[in-house]
Amino acid sequence: MISVSADTLSLTTSEHIVVVRQAVRQRAIELGFSLVDQTKLVTAASELARNTIQHGGGGHVVLEVVSDGHRRGVRLAFEDKGPGIADIQLAMKDGYTTAGGLGLGLSGAKRLSNEFAISSTPGIGTRVMIARWK
Amino acid sequence: MERIPILKMGNYLLVSIQVDMHDQLALQLQDDLTSRIVATGVHGVLIDISALEMVDSFIGRMLANIASMSRILDAQTVVVGMRPAVAITLVELGLSLPGVRTALDVERGMELLSATVDAAERDDDFSLR
Repeated sequence: MISVSADTLSLTTSEHIVVVRQAVRQRAIELGFSLVDQTKLVTAASELARNTIQHGGGGHVVLEVVSDGHRRGVRLAFEDKGPGIADIQLAMKDGYTTAGGLGLGLSGAKRLSNEFAISSTPGIGTRVMIARWK
Repeated sequence: MERIPILKMGNYLLVSIQVDMHDQLALQLQDDLTSRIVATGVHGVLIDISALEMVDSFIGRMLANIASMSRILDAQTVVVGMRPAVAITLVELGLSLPGVRTALDVERGMELLSATVDAAERDDDFSLR
């Protein structure tokens, strides 16, 4: 996968979630995503951006346009230096929450994306990557 | 401070969300609406989300909370105007908005609301007899 362009946006306040949503929408429109695909990607980004702020204590997202030679897509990597996730399998379960939310953030974002990867080290931080192809 | 306006029309409160809401704004709307229901004593709330380009779990939860809170405060809520792409995404996200009444547009929403509120008031009259 080659990176065509990359931007880094910071995530510290809830207003930043809106900024990320708008930036992701813009990229998706530029790549010619359908309205449904745009909405799925933006919604997944919103969930993960909120996780970075609420659970990770803030961080940033790298927003990339990528290509695999045949097609182009949007890749998002959310990174924080928060407490990390001890049990990723548990955190991925629908309805599991530690913040009083609905517990749909991670599992929902995965369902709304074509690619999903998560890595986390307790005490070091968490990185969640999603991608959606045109 | 930035706020979503709440309009009172007859026995109803009307809200049209026209901006991409950040989380604080959504929570503020939840607080403002419940206060207004109590202050005005209305029995119906209509929330138009036709301008919303996405509903994530936070906004979805806010809509469900408003519906539950208003029910406890003796008011019915109808959410209208959800875009098809938003509905598709919401269900795939895992949210089906249980307990939230919906209608396709404001006109149908008002019809549903008046029918529901009238029926609730008839029940009240009956039980008082």
